[in-house]
Amino acid sequence: MNKNEELLKLENLKKWFELRKGIWANPVFVKAVDGVTFSLGKGEAISLVGESGSGKTTLGKTILRLYKPTEGKIIFEDKDITYYEPKKLMWYRRETSIIEQDPYGALPSFYSIYRILEEPLIIHKFGNSEERRKRIHEVLEEVRLSPIEDFAPKYPHMLSGGQLQRVAIARSLTLKPELVIADEPVSMLDASVRIEILNLLRELQENFGISFIYITHDLTTTKYFSERLFIMYAGKIVESGKMLEVIHNPLHPYTTALLKAIPDPDAENRKILRDVPPGEPPNLVNPPTGCKFNPRCPYKMDICLKEEPAMLEPEHEHFTMCWLHAKK
Amino acid sequence: MTENILECKNLVLHYTAKKGVVKAVNDISLGLLKGESLALVGESGCGKSSLAKAIIRLLPRNIQSYTGEILIDGQDTMKLNEKQFREEIRWKKISMVFQGAMNSLNPVLKVGYQVAEPLLIHEKLKKNEAMEKAKEALSVVGIHESFVDRYPFELSGGMKQRVVIAMALVTNPAIIILDEPTSALDVITQANIMNLLKRLKKERGLSYFFITHDIALSSELADKIAVMYAGEIQEIVSADTFYKKAAHPYSQKLMASVPTLRIDKKPEFIPGAPPSLINPPSGCKFHPRCPSAFDKCAKENPPIFDLGSGHIAKCWWFEQSEGKK
Repeated sequence: MNKNEELLKLENLKKWFELRKGIWANPVFVKAVDGVTFSLGKGEAISLVGESGSGKTTLGKTILRLYKPTEGKIIFEDKDITYYEPKKLMWYRRETSIIEQDPYGALPSFYSIYRILEEPLIIHKFGNSEERRKRIHEVLEEVRLSPIEDFAPKYPHMLSGGQLQRVAIARSLTLKPELVIADEPVSMLDASVRIEILNLLRELQENFGISFIYITHDLTTTKYFSERLFIMYAGKIVESGKMLEVIHNPLHPYTTALLKAIPDPDAENRKILRDVPPGEPPNLVNPPTGCKFNPRCPYKMDICLKEEPAMLEPEHEHFTMCWLHAKK
Repeated sequence: MTENILECKNLVLHYTAKKGVVKAVNDISLGLLKGESLALVGESGCGKSSLAKAIIRLLPRNIQSYTGEILIDGQDTMKLNEKQFREEIRWKKISMVFQGAMNSLNPVLKVGYQVAEPLLIHEKLKKNEAMEKAKEALSVVGIHESFVDRYPFELSGGMKQRVVIAMALVTNPAIIILDEPTSALDVITQANIMNLLKRLKKERGLSYFFITHDIALSSELADKIAVMYAGEIQEIVSADTFYKKAAHPYSQKLMASVPTLRIDKKPEFIPGAPPSLINPPSGCKFHPRCPSAFDKCAKENPPIFDLGSGHIAKCWWFEQSEGKK
């Protein structure tokens, strides 16, 4: 698998939601995704980490064209699909899929597991019923829901959370997509099941050479799951780089704060107070001027209030958006 | 040694359900010292929240049996009737921070009133006095007193959680039950709330009964860890020992499943699923998933073995070693 080959490229992608307060009032915008640029190689797995409200889910859904982008470009396999009409996107829907956060809500409760998995195959006119049956058995085996004959006729309420998430994963794989976006796939699951599901996802991703975007707020699980890490704050990517490089040598003060906030299991933890910035992520309607992290940043300088920093590359393939690294 | 401020002896709580009896809390005995915090860890559905609700007696109606002893400050609360319990114990001596603070506030009442409400009801204070105390409690948790006139929807998630903590603090109880207090929050907000809880513990000598499924997070607050599985306590041990060498195979498996950021080890998962509380397996309830199970485990449920210095474990492996350590 050639990981240098590009599958997906985003150029200054924006998604603003319009809010109207009254008929004659000027619209205001929620800048959920505000200029994101990155590229994703074939068969590569990346993690997108941010707090709630940082726009990570919106970014995922915009990439999948479930939202219409406001500005910028989405280039998938050298085709600019940013403004394709829905009818022209059918092939794109086949090539991409999503695994959602809540397996209890993502699967229709009145369909059997078999029917849930058959649905995408029917919509995309995949073979006849015998070929579809074969494919469904294949994916159920891939996600290790066996014995298949037992699971296929069951309904979602008969399965546990971990099993449901396996069905959701199977559904996302039925059409053999090139790109899968997993939006917090394990946050609703029990701690002991999480690792199992993440291992399964990683294995499938590597075996089938799928490009993967793992969206999460949990930095600890990303380490085992992806090659590159993107930190998102208030609609922008503030730091990106190789996984271990970012974890061991964070450049942006927000990344540093995120890393400091995460406990490792150690009895000494109870004796110390964690050094984390107060406050909450900014309102995306009226974000602060300049760098959006400035109200919470311990290293705030004058320039941070006035101008937004550009994306810098202080170290090889390690990018950050922070004035602290501007002169180096 | 100081006195246990909270003690459960042979506590049993079973629910009736359509399919049978749900044995959520099975013969549990544990103690909490003054100023100490105990973390109760376990997978979801193991009965953690049921145990908490049994202690503070906030129970649903489908109770099949509810027996044992609960001593709060030396007083056996199981002997009190509902009225006495409400007037003397709940919120005066023991209060609770509920899971998912986002939804535990009343959306149509101002937060100041919600914090003051226990004072109006329990201590029969006048409204303006109660509001003063509510302002005080809010400023203790780091919320400016001007927020008393706001509604919950005007507050962020972290602030709502702080309000719920203020509600638990306002009557000055000695014990606070924290039921997954940060499960819906972001990591930085979670760290801020944990800092607040640590500070309160130090300043006020509070005792915490902290319920969580996150082992890494439990280390933030716990002096002592109780591991629960299928309605039973499997191990109780000091935090210092637990994170280095837990004794019970289930505790060891739980520890191995924790993904860590700084330590380079691959987390493992525990195969299988937690057992049903209606039809639990015979013998030790963990034996179908246990890597070191032997014949006896499937047949007999192990008693609790004392491993010395307050360390207890419910596993046949310690049958011989009992008393030696």
